[in-house]
Amino acid sequence: MQWDIVIGLEIHVQLATRTKIFSGSSTAYGAEPNTQANAVDLAMPGTLPVPNENAFRYAVMFGLAVNAEIGRRSMFERKNYFYPDLPKGYQTTQLEQPIVGPGYVDVDLANGETKRIRIHHAHLEEDAGKSLHEDYHGMSGIDLNRAGTPLIEVVTEPDMNSAEEAVAFARKLHSLVTSLGICDGDMSQGSMRFDVNISLKPKGSDQLGTRTETKNLNSFRFMEQAIAHEVERQMDILEDGGRIVQETRLYNGDRDESRSMRTKEEANDYRYFPCPDLLPVVIDDDFIEDARSHLPELPDALKARFKEQYGLNDYDAGLLSGDAKLAAFFEEAAEHGKDAKLAANWIQGEFSARLKAEDKSVAESPISGAQLGDLVVRIADNTVSSAGAKKVFEALWTGENDNVDAIIDAKGLKQVSDTGALEAMVDEVLAGMPDQVAQYQNEEDPKKRKKMLGGFMGPLMKASKGQGNPKLFNEILVKKLGG
Amino acid sequence: MHNKSVAELSRELESGKISSVELTHQFLDRLKQEDGKYNSFITITEEQALAEAKAADEMRAAGKATAWTGVPFAHKDIFCTNGVRTTCGSKMLENFVPPYDATVTGKFRQAGAVCLGKTNMDEFAMGSSNESSYFGAVTNPWGLASGQKRVPGGSSGGSAAAVAARLVPAATATDTGGSIRQPAALCGVTGLKPTYGRVSRYGMIAFASSLDQGGTMARTAEDNALMLNVMAGFDPKDSTSIDREVPDYTATLNEPLKGLRIGLPKEYFSDQLSPAMEEQVRNAVKEYEKLGATVKEVSLPNAKLAIAAYYVIAPAEASANLSRFDGVRYGYRCEDPKDLMDMYTRTRAEGFGAEVKRRILVGTYALSHGYYDAYYLKAQKVRRLIQQDFAKAFQDVDVLMSPTSPSPAFIQGEKTNDPVTMYLEDIFTIAINLAGLPAMSVPAGFVDGLPVGLQIIGNHFAEARLLNAAHQFQQVTDWHQREPQ
Amino acid sequence: MSISREDIEKVAVLARIKVDEEQVSALEKDLGNILDLVDQLSAADTDSVEPMAHPLDAVQRLRPDEVTETNQRDAFQAIAPATEDGLYLVPKVIE
Repeated sequence: MQWDIVIGLEIHVQLATRTKIFSGSSTAYGAEPNTQANAVDLAMPGTLPVPNENAFRYAVMFGLAVNAEIGRRSMFERKNYFYPDLPKGYQTTQLEQPIVGPGYVDVDLANGETKRIRIHHAHLEEDAGKSLHEDYHGMSGIDLNRAGTPLIEVVTEPDMNSAEEAVAFARKLHSLVTSLGICDGDMSQGSMRFDVNISLKPKGSDQLGTRTETKNLNSFRFMEQAIAHEVERQMDILEDGGRIVQETRLYNGDRDESRSMRTKEEANDYRYFPCPDLLPVVIDDDFIEDARSHLPELPDALKARFKEQYGLNDYDAGLLSGDAKLAAFFEEAAEHGKDAKLAANWIQGEFSARLKAEDKSVAESPISGAQLGDLVVRIADNTVSSAGAKKVFEALWTGENDNVDAIIDAKGLKQVSDTGALEAMVDEVLAGMPDQVAQYQNEEDPKKRKKMLGGFMGPLMKASKGQGNPKLFNEILVKKLGG
Repeated sequence: MHNKSVAELSRELESGKISSVELTHQFLDRLKQEDGKYNSFITITEEQALAEAKAADEMRAAGKATAWTGVPFAHKDIFCTNGVRTTCGSKMLENFVPPYDATVTGKFRQAGAVCLGKTNMDEFAMGSSNESSYFGAVTNPWGLASGQKRVPGGSSGGSAAAVAARLVPAATATDTGGSIRQPAALCGVTGLKPTYGRVSRYGMIAFASSLDQGGTMARTAEDNALMLNVMAGFDPKDSTSIDREVPDYTATLNEPLKGLRIGLPKEYFSDQLSPAMEEQVRNAVKEYEKLGATVKEVSLPNAKLAIAAYYVIAPAEASANLSRFDGVRYGYRCEDPKDLMDMYTRTRAEGFGAEVKRRILVGTYALSHGYYDAYYLKAQKVRRLIQQDFAKAFQDVDVLMSPTSPSPAFIQGEKTNDPVTMYLEDIFTIAINLAGLPAMSVPAGFVDGLPVGLQIIGNHFAEARLLNAAHQFQQVTDWHQREPQ
Repeated sequence: MSISREDIEKVAVLARIKVDEEQVSALEKDLGNILDLVDQLSAADTDSVEPMAHPLDAVQRLRPDEVTETNQRDAFQAIAPATEDGLYLVPKVIE
């Protein structure tokens, strides 16, 4: 049987505010346990919440970026459940009147199509603390530094039909919130966490199947694996004639396993009700216009400009505009390097590969966009060959030297482009290879001839000590060998 | 000295006839000697009080004295006091010493007042008789002579009894459904519940957040005004606090009452009220007529639903507010929990008393799946109807007057077996909290030797008018000066 | 309206309050009486009435995003039932 996969996402995005959503405690990551948990965060008796203006500003910026209606009057509810990392015994969140209403995001897929994913709403809420499961004499340790960190929870419509689409959307969202500067995007620190709702239905059916929710995925790779895993699990059950149980599942990425956390029947009765300690938040036109004025150029606009201004193709423009820091790096390299396409190629090639190999972010790159731009200039004006350029890149990366021209000089990577000198070398080499010359000249097939040219390049590069311009060598060879 | 009002003590201190340290010693001695009869204090802070008195004398010497500098008083044990244990009348917080002050506590500190200790109260302010305190019931100073131990009312029963017994001239209190006015009435003292949002709730341990309001208790209206001058005001730490100018509440006490329009809600003079009580209240209203006020009957048709709405909204909010008492970060934790669930359920079963548990369970039920609309949402709608009734009444009158409680102080144990009978004690006070209005209880006579309270209700932020009306009444009557034997 | 023993047991679990058999019987009566009182609400005509969550018609003030709190862990943990290495200790948390 053929199945349609239906996927909806809930994404928790930690907002990059200086302080917590309801208190003036710092949200800086990595502090000693409980040193950033103060009276309000600890739910000390009698303490009260006062909301952070920036949390609302960031949420409104997000709303504007996803083409959403802004909740002009939003409310907070209490979601009641007991957990040691939830100091008040309820989470303050938004249910009935969220700050961000329906909107959408357009996502580019690998097949070149663009798909619109609808946002159902996004609401503000507080994060919980952390339970540390190391053993303290058979007990758990609770760190409440994270308790009260502002989150927006983004809830999509079930508009995605494959793991690929879901990941593409997740990446797009990551690119949006980091471009907006409202989230640091650091997934390893839990700055973005994904819950995935998955169901299957017979191909073409308009009846949605029973869904499961897989919680707390904190990397794109785990998300992709978890979806594949869950789709397969559901398919096995359905094809054996079984039924899917509506439940919440936990996925273990290291083992590619999942298990049930709780079924619908066991689900908590959260007893939501309006938080009496907080009043309705009214967002007026001035607040929205102020938020709009803080919006940077967003990925879609950036992509269009990269195509227009730098003549990049759709794919390159899409890739480089997806990450705000990468986009800025590219623009710097393109400005310095003059040849934007060449700069784009180097960023997506050598530069990205190196970042990945060393597990670094663009911000952690040891070389700047300007340095890469300088290198691009020297490639474009034939000062260095591409092989030589890689050596220059290496020297820049390792910090051996920070000046492109100095590296070229020091390493003797300057190409010989003096036609007279190169012609003399060609004459000398051809004179020493009469058999190959004859063979070449007797060959009719242009393809084979082209291939045979390569046979002369090795000795030529050797003769020029690697410094001859290969492109010029090639031109001279063709001329000398006659067509 | 113990019979003097705050205003009088303030003048004594100002004149230099007595120092705050001397005054504080006198009050502490009397408090330690007398309170065995009433159990009105949970904690007496002798050492801190003397230190505060010394500081107050220095403050005065430096020319920085306020009306409160050096004057002894007490805090209801619901206000967090930095370094002094704050129990809220519960085993849950028996040893809880907060490292922070409530905003109200801080304001009295700044004014230089001398806090003698923390007064007894119903556990988490849930009760109308002060019998639900983990630290034992409070005994009303009235009626003791006849050999009967009567309740002081609740939940601010400790504050009311302490003021009535002249242990302190004034004490802070809180009112969620009548917890200032009803004990004030039963103990023959004067109490004011301000408009919701007038006094900061920060550091005041929450019972029902949309109803709780801190207020004042003293023997005279003038002292209530002096207290409110300290307590009222905007607090950036409380989102429900109102940013509105605070008048000097003593400045308008002597305004004449000529032309004051009084409304008598007919629903509050119904058959729930004994004829003897009604007579006292109507006599008080006649005094107002003599002072130039006019009187008319008004109607609050939805007032009869107030208790029902309250017993959904208050327990619902309380059920969430009290979830923080979980044995994790502070307060009581049960012995040897065998797992997390066991820690939660035993900590809360052992740490909370019966009435608190009842209300948490009712509130949890009212919010639970399938009942929310029928209970919570419905109660919120009825709450609006009740508020609209008051808004309509205040189109025609300046203040409303009624009895504060349906009966005078009852004998301890009389109503403890049936929570619902106890809830009806607040039948005349609860609607005011639902509507967020200010109201006072003023001593207005006696029935069988027990005090009767007159409730005066004002429109939002009409505290000055209420205090003025109460003060003028106290110029022509002496009910508030009567001392229990 | 009456409340069943089953409801009481369910609500007690939600509220994390241990109740024994005997208490359930007492609660059945007390909570039943309270709910009878509360059931007066059903008589009210509230068809076109907006629910009221706050007594005053005010709107929320927002706080500037500035750090105002300092580390007071020692003071807070001095009153905690169990701590170690700056952490609050609780019986094992099982996800």
